Amino acid sequence: MKISKIIELLDATVLCGEDKIENEVHSACGSDMMSDVLAYVKEQAVLLTGLVNLQVVRTAEMMDMKCIVIVRGKKPGNEVVELCRESGIVMLSTEERMYVACGRLYENGLRGGGVKENE
Amino acid sequence: MSEAISFRFLIDGDDFTSAGNASVQVKKMLRQLNFDAETIRRVSVAMYEGEINMVIHANGGSADVNVWNDRIEVVLADSGPGIPDIDLAMQEGYSTAKDNIRSLGFGAGMGLPNMKRYSDDMKITTELGRGTTVTMSFFVNS
Repeated sequence: MKISKIIELLDATVLCGEDKIENEVHSACGSDMMSDVLAYVKEQAVLLTGLVNLQVVRTAEMMDMKCIVIVRGKKPGNEVVELCRESGIVMLSTEERMYVACGRLYENGLRGGGVKENE
Repeated sequence: MSEAISFRFLIDGDDFTSAGNASVQVKKMLRQLNFDAETIRRVSVAMYEGEINMVIHANGGSADVNVWNDRIEVVLADSGPGIPDIDLAMQEGYSTAKDNIRSLGFGAGMGLPNMKRYSDDMKITTELGRGTTVTMSFFVNS
């Protein structure tokens, strides 16, 4: 799925990374617990989360993710958006809540990725 | 690289928002040294969890990263309170972090288990009231 399709499905706003929205992503995960995100080693390209702190961006960067979707219309601070831009990650914001946002992407073919290391 | 290339970082314990800076730098350096993506991810994620732990529990510390062709070692040392029961601390879901840390997305009791999962070998030495040293080794994917 292209990131531009995610924008369309979630009626999302692009906070940074406008030049990368035609990139393809193949898997996603939704969580507010960053350690749970970090527990899965393989291929998770999109992170949906309700958190808006710097650690969300660092977690995504550690996991080589391509796109962060902030749910429930939360607005991250400028330094968070700037770090995301520097990290080369697209950041989107949607008014949808976590459950609905994840469901809509899943229903349109974006599956959960991730295999827990050593399993 | 028959001799190790070594890097040292000081982890600031006062500022949760800066936690992870050292891991980001290590990730960049390992990329420049042309390691494979999965090895880089394993090292940087494990070190990142360790950095977060040092900020949450031990008021910071130091990180020494030693890099060989076939192996990477990360040594995280702090002068924090020590770990009273390592077996308990290694259980997924066990955490002594405060609620304010949980609200930031950490403190789920996954830090040490994730570090063990991502490293090929992990040793913890700890002394109550003196501090903790975690040594993680990673074999480079061939």
